[in-house]
Amino acid sequence: MSKGILYDATMCIGCKQCEQACATENGLPYDDKIAAQEVTSAHKYTAVMTRDDKFMRKLCMNCDDPACASVCPVGAMKKTALGPVTYDKGKCMGCRYCMAACPFSVPKYEWEKAIPGVRKCIMCSKRVAEGKQTACAEICPTGATKFGDRDALLEEAKKRIHDKPDTYLHHIFGESEVGGTSVMLLSSIGVNNFGFRTDLTERALPMYTYQVLSRIPDFIPLFGTMLGGIYWITHRRQDVAETEAKENELKGGAR
Amino acid sequence: MTVPRVRFTFWKAVFLVIMVAGVYCTFIRFFRGLGASTNLSDQFPWGLWIGFDVMCGVMLAAGGFTLTAAVEIFNIKRFHSITRPTILTAFLGYLLVCAALMYDLGLPWNIWHPLIMRNPHSVMFEVAYCVMFYTTVLALEFSPIVLERFNLQKPLKIIRNVMVVFVILGVLLSTLHQSSLGTLYLIMPNKLHPFWYSPLLPVFFFLSAIAVGLAMTIFESSMSSKYFGRELELPILRDLGRVLVVVLALYGILKFEDLYHRHVLNLVFVSGYEQRFFLLEIFLSVLIPLAMLLVPKIRESAQGLYLAAVLTLLGFVTNRLNVTITGVENAVGGRYTPKWTEVVITAMFVALGFAIFGLAAKYLPIFPEEKAHLPALRKPEVAVSEFVVPVHAGD
Repeated sequence: MSKGILYDATMCIGCKQCEQACATENGLPYDDKIAAQEVTSAHKYTAVMTRDDKFMRKLCMNCDDPACASVCPVGAMKKTALGPVTYDKGKCMGCRYCMAACPFSVPKYEWEKAIPGVRKCIMCSKRVAEGKQTACAEICPTGATKFGDRDALLEEAKKRIHDKPDTYLHHIFGESEVGGTSVMLLSSIGVNNFGFRTDLTERALPMYTYQVLSRIPDFIPLFGTMLGGIYWITHRRQDVAETEAKENELKGGAR
Repeated sequence: MTVPRVRFTFWKAVFLVIMVAGVYCTFIRFFRGLGASTNLSDQFPWGLWIGFDVMCGVMLAAGGFTLTAAVEIFNIKRFHSITRPTILTAFLGYLLVCAALMYDLGLPWNIWHPLIMRNPHSVMFEVAYCVMFYTTVLALEFSPIVLERFNLQKPLKIIRNVMVVFVILGVLLSTLHQSSLGTLYLIMPNKLHPFWYSPLLPVFFFLSAIAVGLAMTIFESSMSSKYFGRELELPILRDLGRVLVVVLALYGILKFEDLYHRHVLNLVFVSGYEQRFFLLEIFLSVLIPLAMLLVPKIRESAQGLYLAAVLTLLGFVTNRLNVTITGVENAVGGRYTPKWTEVVITAMFVALGFAIFGLAAKYLPIFPEEKAHLPALRKPEVAVSEFVVPVHAGD
């Protein structure tokens, strides 16, 4: 069963305990200065953003069919069956295609390091594999960040909108964006207010490249035969011309 | 005599300055990391090194497969005498692309990983394999030049007998990865500006690679005649100019149709940041060269052909940089300009390209008709007779 996170901004009080728990879980530094940064970075995998009295969390959406995992030439990014999209620095060669491809601009890079790696929220894959919640969901005092089966969370999100239609914007961000994501966001105002793109396609992004890439095995024998065939035809003409020239020469020589 | 000598030492001095700066920047890059040596950021994970050194590098090396396909597969024999310099350019180009990639990769010592860690869903994976195989094919296509130089007849004979297989393989691999460099961007429908994001990206990249391959051949023939005192093969270049007209026309029409059917043609007339760069690209790459080459007087003249070729090259370089940088700036919300260290490294690879080409032209039989002038290692007349039968790619 694929796990997920439901973040309900209307329940969030902006205490940023999720940030702290995330930093502790991932061995990252955390202090007041870092807490004040409302953006994610190579040393901050989740950020609580504030607009007036509204909050929103930024973290890896852990897409169902992630662009980062699809583009990675060495498979360093992986979508696990449980939901988290993980990263293996041991495989990574640092091409940063994952960063270019991510529709949410989530993966960050350790630019200042001589031996850098990609950094992002991996939905506490170790904890999830052990049957535990993510650190951010476990610590959340109001239940704004809730961990569970994605399907159940989606149902719950729909129910919350249905029960309180005036409180919520009638859209679950992540239900169908780029083919659906493990992390889903509920709020009273559009997520575009927090820098999220809302013009995202509902189609999973890997399909855009795969529909071209998948034709290559068929293309190779066809195109190869065509090239070989053209060679065969154009050089046949040459052979004929050479033979005729020889025959003419012979005739000329027999005079 | 003094004038060319002064000019020559001037370029030597320029080369030296670039190389010294390049070594310094190499030190910064590998000891202090990408952050210290580039203006790359989380917003702009790809910059000048991917946009120019890799994207343009591969494109500018397209003359190799374009000309070998014309001569070996389509059997257009009159282009034969200019294939060697294009194979040299291509081989050199791909080696430099691989070297430049080592600077851009965060963990360059892991570059071999795709060999054992495969993700066939990744366009980058496919490009990596194609570039790897094609560089090998180019080495084989280039090998007759070296073998001939040292008059090694036996391996020469073997390689010539199988050359057509490598030629076909080379054209196939080039078609795949030249277009795939465009496919790389298909996964960014929401990031790349609609001027450039199109389902036809792979087709545009492939067509422009052919145009650039032709333009590059005209460019390097003109340069060779200027700096190596060779006679210009003007009739051949005129033919190439004609082919270039057709390819550019096809590209231009397809571009128009693509913009029209995606309903973004109107954006061309709305003033804006992307629009200015797009117009620059289209005028340089297609409209001006096409207009020039359609005038017989310009198409027939050496200077006209040279100028049209240079514009085409600049135009498609602009195109690749637009796709890599300009086209995503709005979506990621920022502007990218390369750091001086990035520019120096790029300049270093360009300078290396010119220098190695010059050295190879001096010491290897690159220009067939001049083979007799090379210092003979054994019997020069054997090498000359080799050239009489124009059958294989490396000839």
